[in-house]
Amino acid sequence: MTRISLTVDGQQVVDDVEPRMLLVQYLREKLGKTGTVVGCDTSNCGACTVHLDGRSVKSCNVLAVQADGAAVTTIEGLAGDDGTLHPVQEAFRECHGLQCGFCTPGMIMQTVDLLAENPSPSEEAIRLGLEGNLCRCTGYHNIVRAVQHAAGVSAGSTSSAGEGATA
Amino acid sequence: MIPAAFEYVAPASVEEALAALAEHGDDAKIIAGGQSLLPVLRMRLNAPEWVIDLGRIASLRGIRDGGDHLAIGAMTTHHDVGQDPLVHEHALLVSKAITHLADAQVRHRGTFGGALAHADPAGDLGAPALALGSTFVVQGPGGTREVPAEEFFVDLFETAISEDEILTEVRVPKHDGWGAAYEKFVRIAHQWPIVAVAATVRMDGDAIAEARVGLTNMGSTPVRARATEAALSGVPATEEGVAAAAALAAEGTNPPSDLNGDADYRRHLATVLTRRAVLTAAGRG
Ligand SMILES: Cc1cc2nc3c(=O)[nH]c(=O)nc-3n(C[C@H](O)[C@H](O)[C@H](O)COP(=O)(O)OP(=O)(O)OC[C@H]3O[C@@H](n4cnc5c(N)ncnc54)[C@H](O)[C@@H]3O)c2cc1C
Ligand code: FES
Ligand code: FES
Repeated sequence: MTRISLTVDGQQVVDDVEPRMLLVQYLREKLGKTGTVVGCDTSNCGACTVHLDGRSVKSCNVLAVQADGAAVTTIEGLAGDDGTLHPVQEAFRECHGLQCGFCTPGMIMQTVDLLAENPSPSEEAIRLGLEGNLCRCTGYHNIVRAVQHAAGVSAGSTSSAGEGATA
Repeated sequence: MIPAAFEYVAPASVEEALAALAEHGDDAKIIAGGQSLLPVLRMRLNAPEWVIDLGRIASLRGIRDGGDHLAIGAMTTHHDVGQDPLVHEHALLVSKAITHLADAQVRHRGTFGGALAHADPAGDLGAPALALGSTFVVQGPGGTREVPAEEFFVDLFETAISEDEILTEVRVPKHDGWGAAYEKFVRIAHQWPIVAVAATVRMDGDAIAEARVGLTNMGSTPVRARATEAALSGVPATEEGVAAAAALAAEGTNPPSDLNGDADYRRHLATVLTRRAVLTAAGRG
């Protein structure tokens, strides 16, 4: 066992973990933060995306011991204390950027990272920025719209012709 | 999904890491960003008894101007290398290749040294490092040695780093003013290339004065397209001139055949991607 001490969604935690424990396992099984999900076995899908010291990572591809001393933010730490949704969460709801919702925690965490680095991304930059996040339902158009909506750039101008439910 | 059990140590210095390696030898594995190692451990293709984490060694991170070269610390992440203005200015080919490497999350963790030490023939950094004539600085119990790129890549997933050594730094000679392009052919997003071509050129007016071309996944290691490089020198940067030289790109290569394409298909791809990469690098793309 190895002792780790880190901040998760603003709370300090200290635990003894097996070195082989993955960060996603630690979050879900030790801390009960099941908002972060596992969608694959190959680190391809991005469903498990969280922020480690402010940058997006795939938590299925990081050991919990590697996060010792770090600050982790999960999808459960985005909303305000009073339950107010984060603007990116709000945008996904507004633009119907999900169907089954399984990819959504990862999509939202990656979008927050993307917009922190590039507050007004082009459609291409959005698609490239979300390259590591797979969605089996939406065909991505409404996800791209949601990101544009959150960025406050002309939502509804993606290359698909369909009318979005955007404001 | 879950790796087999192992013991873990996160040394604070290269010396401590080398001591841990010396102590555990064959039973130990180094972890850098973990973006290649953890998938391997999770699939239980490997089960080391010890995992030695280089993540706490600050001296292995960062990029230094070394005069005629850039010294890239082995633990510098893909993201940080890709964003670095010095790299953009002095080794544009590296910046170009990183834009196409994996996805944002993997680039936040994966490291420059880890990717090169991993030596996946489909990895995107080997061909640029080779084309730019990089030197690999490797530290072991007996001190530090410098390995030229030509000798660093030995075979599939095999480099000149021996079991008791650590890659600490990669020195990339400055190529100021050279144009660059990385043409990567993939079947699906954020994945390793079927074939990719790293090209960098120095122009003299409208002609190509010098060119360096590295090929990804055209053999068990990255290779230089020497015949193409020789044929490009002094050639006007026109579609015809470049196409004739690019037609030689697959000479002397030994590409694999797999589900993505057989060897002949890869040879053809190499010539097409070389033409595109060189034209783009020459500003004619
Ligand atoms: C979803 C996904 C997509 C990817 N797509 C691409 C892609 O398109 N192109 C691409 O090139 N790569 C891709 N990768 C791999 C990525 O580039 C990895 O970051 C890289 O291959 C390994 O770097 P790392 O720092 O994570 O090394 P690790 O995984 O920690 O280590 C890799 C190997 O190198 C050894 N090692 C690491 N550092 C050192 C050192 N300093 N000295 C000695 N040995 C060392 C380790 O022991 C291990 O055997 C992808 C990975 C994933 C998960
Ligand atoms: S569960 Fe982590 S990338 Fe799929
Ligand atoms: S909404 Fe179902 S996977 Fe994206």
